Amino acid sequence: MMFMRGNAACPGCPIPRELDALLEVTGEKTVLVVPASCTTVILGDNRGMPSKVPVVHSAFAASPAIASGLKAALNARGEKATVVVWAGDGGTGDIGFASLSGAAERNEDILYVCYDNEAYMNTGIQRSGLTPFGAWTTTTPLGKKERKKPLPQLIAEHGVPYVATASIAYVFDYQAKVRKAKDILGFRYIHLLSPCPPGWRYDSSLTVEIAKVAVETGIWPLYEVEKGKFRLTSISKTLLDKKKRKPVTEYLKLQGRFSELTEEEKGTIQQEVDEMWEWLAKMESSNS
Amino acid sequence: MQKISARNMVRAMVGNHAVAYAVMQAKPQVLAVYPITPQTTMLEKLSEYVETGKLKARMIRVESEHSAMASIYGAAVAGARVFTATASQGLLYMTEMINWAGGQRVPLVAAIATRAIASPWSILDDHQDFVSKRDAIWIQMMAENVQEAYDLTLQSFKISENQNVLLPVMMGFDGFILTHTMERVEVLPDEIVDSFIPPREFNLVDFTDPVGIGPVATPEDYIFYRHQAQRAMERAKGIIDEISREFQAISGRTYGTIECYLCDDTEYLLASMGAWTGDARVAVDRVRSRGIRAGLLKIRTFRPFPKERVRDIVKKVRKVIVMDRAVSYGSGGVLASEVRSASYGLDVPIHSVIGGLGGKDVRPLHMEKALDDAYSNALEDERWLL
Ligand code: SF4
Repeated sequence: MMFMRGNAACPGCPIPRELDALLEVTGEKTVLVVPASCTTVILGDNRGMPSKVPVVHSAFAASPAIASGLKAALNARGEKATVVVWAGDGGTGDIGFASLSGAAERNEDILYVCYDNEAYMNTGIQRSGLTPFGAWTTTTPLGKKERKKPLPQLIAEHGVPYVATASIAYVFDYQAKVRKAKDILGFRYIHLLSPCPPGWRYDSSLTVEIAKVAVETGIWPLYEVEKGKFRLTSISKTLLDKKKRKPVTEYLKLQGRFSELTEEEKGTIQQEVDEMWEWLAKMESSNS
Repeated sequence: MQKISARNMVRAMVGNHAVAYAVMQAKPQVLAVYPITPQTTMLEKLSEYVETGKLKARMIRVESEHSAMASIYGAAVAGARVFTATASQGLLYMTEMINWAGGQRVPLVAAIATRAIASPWSILDDHQDFVSKRDAIWIQMMAENVQEAYDLTLQSFKISENQNVLLPVMMGFDGFILTHTMERVEVLPDEIVDSFIPPREFNLVDFTDPVGIGPVATPEDYIFYRHQAQRAMERAKGIIDEISREFQAISGRTYGTIECYLCDDTEYLLASMGAWTGDARVAVDRVRSRGIRAGLLKIRTFRPFPKERVRDIVKKVRKVIVMDRAVSYGSGGVLASEVRSASYGLDVPIHSVIGGLGGKDVRPLHMEKALDDAYSNALEDERWLL
C-alpha cells in the first residue's frame, strides 16, 4: 500500500482508495501536488503523512503551475518521476481552471487527476461548476439550476495526448487508464467520479454501489481520448443501446441530494443523458 | 569614485537587460515570467537567452503571474534555481503565491520593476506595489541605479540560498526610470560569478525520504514556523552585509543594508530608497554648498528593515526628512513610518515627504526645498509634492 491506513477521510470516502489505486500504478517515483481540497485534510498535519511519496501542498488555483515547475526541475536534475496533480472539482473546473488550461495548452508533462465529488465538500458542500443540475447543496438549497461544466471534453479540446474518465467502481478500468497515462509524454487528464457520503447524502456503505450505478445509468460514461481518438471503455462500451442503460432514477433515488427533484426535472436529466449518448455514439463511430 | 577593476567589462545597458544579464550569469534552471509593463523587455531578453542556448533553462510561458510564481515555487522545492519578474498589477495578482513561497521559506528570486497600482491606471513608477509585499516573508531590496540592479540581482541569489537565511528575495528597481534607462554598467566575468554563486543545494522533493511540503499546521507549529521566519529575517541582516563584503572583494563596489552619504557631521538627514536617491544626493550637495549640514541615508534593504543601523544614524542628527513613493492610506508615508518606528524614543523629529506617485515628477529642487524648510522650521510633518 502506497497510501497508508489511518487518515482523516470521512467513513465511506473513496479518496484514500482512489489515491492508493493510483499510486499502486505510478509507484514510488511519484510526486503528488494537492491543492486545497478534502485531500489536504486527509493527508493530515505535519506530524505524520499517510503517503509514501512526496506531497507538495498547493494554494487552490496553483497546482497545475506548481506541477509544471516541479517537472521542469526534476528534468533539470535528470530525475525520472511522475508528477501527479490530485485535485477536486472546484480546484480543477472553477478556481484552478485558468492554470489547468494553461498547463494543458503548454502540454506540460504531468498527469492531472480530478476526483470529482461535484461540490466544495471540504468547506461543507457548496455548489461548484461541476455540481450537476438539480443537486441540492448548501448554496443551492432548492437544487442547482445550471448544468455541470463538461470538463473532460473541455480538456480534450486542448488537443492534449490523453484524456479519460473513470469511476472507483471500475478499478481495473481506472488503473488501466493510469497505467497508459503514466507512460505518455505530455499532458494527461483523468476525470474520476468520486461519490461523497455526507455531500451526496447517502449511507457510507453505498459509495461503490453509487459509483457503479452512475456508470450503468449512463450518467457517467467511461471513455478515453487518446491522441484525439475517442473510445468508450469497460461496460460503457455496451451501453450505446439505450435499452441497456438503467433509467437515471436508479442513480438519483440513492442520494438525498436529489430527493427534492420533480418528475419533470428527472425527465430533463434523463433527456440530457440520452442526448449525451447520441453524442458519444457519434464520437465512437467517428473513430471506427 | 569606485575604482574600475581591469577584469570587469563596461557595457551600456538598460536596467531590464542588466538584470536579465545577471540572471543569465546566475544560471537558474527554471524561469517563468508573464509579460507586464515595464518588465516586458526583461522577459524578452531572457527568452532570447533561453532560445539561443546562452542560458540552459526551461522558460515556462505561463498564463498568469499567479502561475508564474506557482511554477517557479514548484521548481524551487524540487531543487532548481529559479527566477521570475513582475510589476504592479502582476505583483498583486501573484500575491497569493508570493506569500505561499515566503511561508515555506523557499529560496527564489524575483525582480520587481516597480510601478503604480490601479485604479486609475498608471504604468509609471512608484513603490506602492513593492512595499505592499512587506509582510510576505520575503527579503526586499531596492536598487538605486542600473549598476545596483545588476549587482543586487547576483547578490539576491546568494542571500536567498544561504543556509542561515533560506528566504525568497525580491529585488526592486524603479519602473522606466531604471528599467528603460541606459546606463554604464560594469559586468563581472562569468567565472567570477560562478564562484560567487555556486550551484544550489536545496531540494525538498526526496523519494527516499518523502515529506509533505506545506501541509496543515497545528496552531503550535504554525506560530513556531512564523517565529522561525522572523528569526531568519533578523539573521539575514548580518548575512546581507557579509555577502556584500564578499561581493565587494570581486567587484570593488560596496553594498549592505543601508548606505550613508556625508553622515558623519549631518544635522539634516534626508532618507530615501530607490532611484531618486540619486536626486537626493544632488539635493544634499546643493544645500551643503550653502552651509547647511545635510546628509543622506539610503535604505537598500526594506525587509528586513535595518532598524538598528537606521537608529544609530538618526540619533546623531537634528531632523530627518523621509522621501516616500508609497503611502499606507490612513497612516502615512510607508518608509517614514519605518524610520519613525526605528527611532522610537529618540527626540528627533521625522518629517514625511510624499511624492512621485504614479510617476509624478520629483526633482532635486523639491528635496532641496524640503531640506531648506526643515532648516528654517517650516517643514510640515507630512508634505505631499502635488
Ligand atoms: S467530505 Fe466527502 S469527499 Fe471529503 S473526505 Fe468526506 S466523504 Fe470524502
